[in-house]
Amino acid sequence: MTKVDPFAFWSRGIGRRQFLAGSTALGAMAATGLGPRRAHAEETLNILTWPGHADPAVVGPFEEKYGVDVVAKEYVGGENMLALVNQSPPGTYDVVLSDAEYVVMLRDGGFIEEMDPADYPFDSLFPEFKKFPGHWLDDKLYSMIIRFGYLGLAYRTDALTKEEVESYAIMWDEKVKGGVGFFDWYLPSMGCLSLYNGNEKPFDIDDAAFDKLKETLFSLAPQSSGFYSMADTFSSLTSGAAKCIPGIGDWITLLLAKDGVPVDATVPKEGGIQWTESMSIMAGSTKKDLAKAFIQYMTSAEGQMRSAMMPAYNASIPSKPGWEMLNAEHPDEAVRLRMTFDDRNVLDEYAEGKIHIRRTPVQQDIETWNDAWTEFKSL
Amino acid sequence: MAHGRPTKRRDMFPAAFILPPLVWQASFFITPLVFLVWMSFWRVKNFRLTRDFVTANWERIYNAGFFYDAYVHTFTLATVNALVVSVLAFPAAYFLAFRAGPKVRQLAIVFLVTPFFTSYLVRIYSLQIILAEHGIINSALGLVGLGPITMLSTSFATVVGFLTLTLPLVILVQLLALSQVDKRLMEAASNLGVPPFEAVFKVVIPSAKVGLIMAGTFGFLLSFGDYVSPLFLGGSKPPTLSILIADQVKSGNNWPRASVVAVTMVVTLVAVLLLMTSLAYAKRGKK
Repeated sequence: MTKVDPFAFWSRGIGRRQFLAGSTALGAMAATGLGPRRAHAEETLNILTWPGHADPAVVGPFEEKYGVDVVAKEYVGGENMLALVNQSPPGTYDVVLSDAEYVVMLRDGGFIEEMDPADYPFDSLFPEFKKFPGHWLDDKLYSMIIRFGYLGLAYRTDALTKEEVESYAIMWDEKVKGGVGFFDWYLPSMGCLSLYNGNEKPFDIDDAAFDKLKETLFSLAPQSSGFYSMADTFSSLTSGAAKCIPGIGDWITLLLAKDGVPVDATVPKEGGIQWTESMSIMAGSTKKDLAKAFIQYMTSAEGQMRSAMMPAYNASIPSKPGWEMLNAEHPDEAVRLRMTFDDRNVLDEYAEGKIHIRRTPVQQDIETWNDAWTEFKSL
Repeated sequence: MAHGRPTKRRDMFPAAFILPPLVWQASFFITPLVFLVWMSFWRVKNFRLTRDFVTANWERIYNAGFFYDAYVHTFTLATVNALVVSVLAFPAAYFLAFRAGPKVRQLAIVFLVTPFFTSYLVRIYSLQIILAEHGIINSALGLVGLGPITMLSTSFATVVGFLTLTLPLVILVQLLALSQVDKRLMEAASNLGVPPFEAVFKVVIPSAKVGLIMAGTFGFLLSFGDYVSPLFLGGSKPPTLSILIADQVKSGNNWPRASVVAVTMVVTLVAVLLLMTSLAYAKRGKK
């Protein structure tokens, strides 16, 4: 199928040659750092991902080695990703980065293909991630884990203390009235509230528990400061519009704290939710070898280290060699990201049993949870 | 007979001029609109659009409380914006039309057009810095021991965004309308002893009624469908119809339900436009 690329002229060399012919303007741009990052490659690897994964800081060495451009179509939320996959012609994307709970839907829709475990460095993974449930379906590998993190309660440290955020109950406190923000995605937000309601399996609840969850959710309406996209989640915590946000975690606060914003994230006593991001090869891709090489790079020590420090949002990585390289080359970052071997680290929290793996709703359909979320937004 | 052919050619002349916009509208407005209505009867199965003819989407949306809440909220905000922007714009337009010299007027028009050269999204983001809890306004209030006032994620912030979008355009349309007012009527009113302020209401506004009403209608139309201000300044709290459309699509690829909301919006806009046009051109009652 012919692929329509509105920016094809950019990579075909005509524009480049014209530029290189000596345009004074380009010279000035290049001198001031405003020009193209580097000459664009002839070939592209198209990936469908959460924002930031095609950042040169992450994929630069892969692009250099293979002489390709990694081009990303970005999405926020698994349903958004599935929608994009469904409405795109086969071959639009070579690799998809998905949260674990959506891999099964990608498989069932015939969008991704089985992967050979021998192609990937499973020996390098910490034991917790070697057979991660959502990535292995019917004992076959469909997705390779890249990174993970925990979701609980993010908060501004100048508004709330560490003790106050030990429970999700703080969200109903007068102190944060009009200051509870929400990441505009039903799944993590409602998952955390389901934990607050005492559901051991936060996404596998019967209809009575779901009604109770709606009641809990709706009771937060007077506390709400707003519903935020990914960029707005960062800015609302920075501006102070949101004093706390449930259903997000280190992936938002680590970068903000690094920039001096008084924020932190915690997993309250009721528990937290684990998110994972993994990569699959699209069944319709015409560049499957390149796609495989890309995933191999992303699971290598260097790819893992760079992914952990990804400028858009940091994360924990499941690769032991990745941890080792991070500690050797960026010891300060390893401490900040809590991925050191000697001190308490991110894997300790997982071992404590407070973390539940995020899933799509089990006893209700996605639409039912989504509608509850939409209803909540309108209250 | 001798004049028959040239007359026919003259008739074709305006038709040739009107044809391109007609073709354009048919291609890029009517056709998508028909498709939009058609798609509202489709189904979504496993995130995939399926051609069908079911009324379930209409029933689901029209039975949802959140849809009516969003509709009332959107209509109210757009109406408030239309009124506020009309009132705010009028003194500026009046000054430029009747008091300012040609150079000042030209300069003002340049300044009014300039905002359209910059991205609306960027302007809205910059307003976040001004309206935030730790933003410029609250910092200034803090210096005199006041505040902070919550402005972001409120309807107030949304309307501020709407005003940013619509004020320059409404001033320009009002200016155009006021420029058409026969200045001799104002002189006559003055000669007859009507105070200037009273003359504005008795002479200027009635004379420019059509343009002033249409300017306000533009203020309504543009804000009714706006997605950026309610999202980035209003914090989607509560959602407007445009946010509801986006939510339906991003949460489940539910284009058919989004189409129901969109069709409702289009019908509303057409109804408002027709109502305001008939108001604008309504003749005064006979004595």
